[in-house]
Amino acid sequence: MHPVEELEAAYQAARRDPAFQAELAHLLKDFAGRPTPLFHAQRLSERLGDAQIYLKREDLLHTGAHKINNCLGQGLLARRMGKTRLVAETGAGQHGVATATVAALLGLECVVYMGAEDMARQAPNVFRMRLLGARVVSVTSGAKTLKDAINEGMRDWVTNVQNTHYLMGSVLGPHPYPMMVRDFQRIIGQETRQQVLEKVGRLPDLLCACVGGGSNSIGLFYDFIADRSVKMLGVEAGGRGPTLGEHAARFAGGKPGVLHGSYTYVLQTEDGLIASTHSVSAGLDYPAVGPEHAALFRRNRVEYTHVSDPEALEAARLLSQVEGIIPALESAHALAEIVKRAPGMPRDQIIVVNLSGRGDKDLGIFQASGML
Amino acid sequence: MPELLTTRITARFADLRARRAKGLIVYLTAGDPTLDATGELLVALERAGVDVIELGVPFSDPLADGPVIQRASERALRSGTTLRRILARFPDWRQAVRAPIILFSYYNPILQYGLASFAAAAARAGVDGALVVDLSPEEAENYVGVMWAQNLDTVFLASPTSPDERLERAARLSRGFFYLISRTGVTGERREIASGVEPLVERVRRVTSLPLAVGFGISTPAQVREVQRHADAAVVGSAVVHVIEARYSQEGPGAIEEFVRGLRAGAGGRPE
Repeated sequence: MHPVEELEAAYQAARRDPAFQAELAHLLKDFAGRPTPLFHAQRLSERLGDAQIYLKREDLLHTGAHKINNCLGQGLLARRMGKTRLVAETGAGQHGVATATVAALLGLECVVYMGAEDMARQAPNVFRMRLLGARVVSVTSGAKTLKDAINEGMRDWVTNVQNTHYLMGSVLGPHPYPMMVRDFQRIIGQETRQQVLEKVGRLPDLLCACVGGGSNSIGLFYDFIADRSVKMLGVEAGGRGPTLGEHAARFAGGKPGVLHGSYTYVLQTEDGLIASTHSVSAGLDYPAVGPEHAALFRRNRVEYTHVSDPEALEAARLLSQVEGIIPALESAHALAEIVKRAPGMPRDQIIVVNLSGRGDKDLGIFQASGML
Repeated sequence: MPELLTTRITARFADLRARRAKGLIVYLTAGDPTLDATGELLVALERAGVDVIELGVPFSDPLADGPVIQRASERALRSGTTLRRILARFPDWRQAVRAPIILFSYYNPILQYGLASFAAAAARAGVDGALVVDLSPEEAENYVGVMWAQNLDTVFLASPTSPDERLERAARLSRGFFYLISRTGVTGERREIASGVEPLVERVRRVTSLPLAVGFGISTPAQVREVQRHADAAVVGSAVVHVIEARYSQEGPGAIEEFVRGLRAGAGGRPE
């Protein structure tokens, strides 16, 4: 457990260091492409009837998703701590690609653990990571998906902690990870706040984001938590239905438990064994949710709901054809909930949906779904 | 630390000390490959002269364990092993085995059982204590209070990278014995054990008078002997589980008894 104490001390020093913050700001701007636009999706708004829908375009970032925000932050921190090696887990491959990218940028060795099943369904990202110089290790234990990749990543970290930083991709794991990853993703909400004030002159009425571990959603929500007029909606993966093992809707089907060093809502059996999960979207396919989301749920500050695999696929097709933007299947979960809610909302209502990633990686799944 | 009733573990280490002998602690996973097998294997370990037994509660995500114990956990889960079933069988095992037995578990199965219910049921069943591998001393005050109220021993881990302050905290919450990890990382056999054992043992002796056990990576009689030169007991886990995996189904518990006797032969100085 000493490694997390070392990490927390290093992070507390870095976050107060103007040189660290300046280098991070520079890389977010010139390497990753921040700030990302806030786009008024007028045709989608008209199609759904009434409310005005804005998309926060994290999909336009380098490597194709919000994951790069956190990877740049933790990569710089690892280098500052004198670590020469990054290990990471990945589900959909977006976090693995972002980690491999930052490792290449900073000249660090990179090992990414990925479930064997995810490697098969997200093959293009496996090739991208290898091209970037990372070693991708196939995880064949357990359910062969994201949680098992985290197990392997943590085992590697505790074995090689002297030279290795574990680059957790979401607001999960032991403290300080949930706090640190949130801090690196807060920029999504900070920019959104400024942009929406510039464009419409007031705060939005509703924020909506998908919730896997919960990093893109907490990034969007965090700077609005004190604004009671802003409603927030987190959308989990409803998968194929409500049976345990068929979804990843932790707030609907889980209960408090401990996984990977967090006490939070966990999908599990009566005996406390962690359940397997399913989602068409590998990035949401995880049995626990970030502990800060559990706190926001308990406080009733954020509403959590879930949509099914087919609803997410259909929302992805809608956005592609109405706005010319192909979203990641993760982000399509947030859109699918808005497809249900926007009709009937008052015309002047402002909705911001976090478009956390782009859908190139999911083309194989769209094709296999038979919708094309 | 409150005044204690003497526990089986405390008595065993006192006995070892009185005889100037060193202990051998062995780990096995409950339900690997079945709970019936576990009953036989516990008796085999007792016959082989093991001083303390760590009985693993299988978990779906054993992230502190290397591949050998991961596979044992998977076999045990396939045979339907749960904490509830382990505790239900425990009184039978207790009758057949005099050696102290502690449960080695991840926290979530205990949390779902209910901490207070677990401690009461474990004490009733004759369990001597527990080591919760993913419960850090910083989070463990409540757990320790509940366990001690049932006179169950609580064992925590310390690693070579632990600063003194952390060693002290872990030692303060430990009862029965204190468990030192010989190197960083997960459980599993290693050809050589880390050279840091001796200085670590010396550091820990300064913060606690508890008996010290050293484990992680110990698999041969020579390694057992080396650890016992410095510590009060050596812990062997994956090497024994490996023998169970390779030989139990063909040869039965005798093969495991023979292997563990061989480890103890390395111990030397402990008469029957």
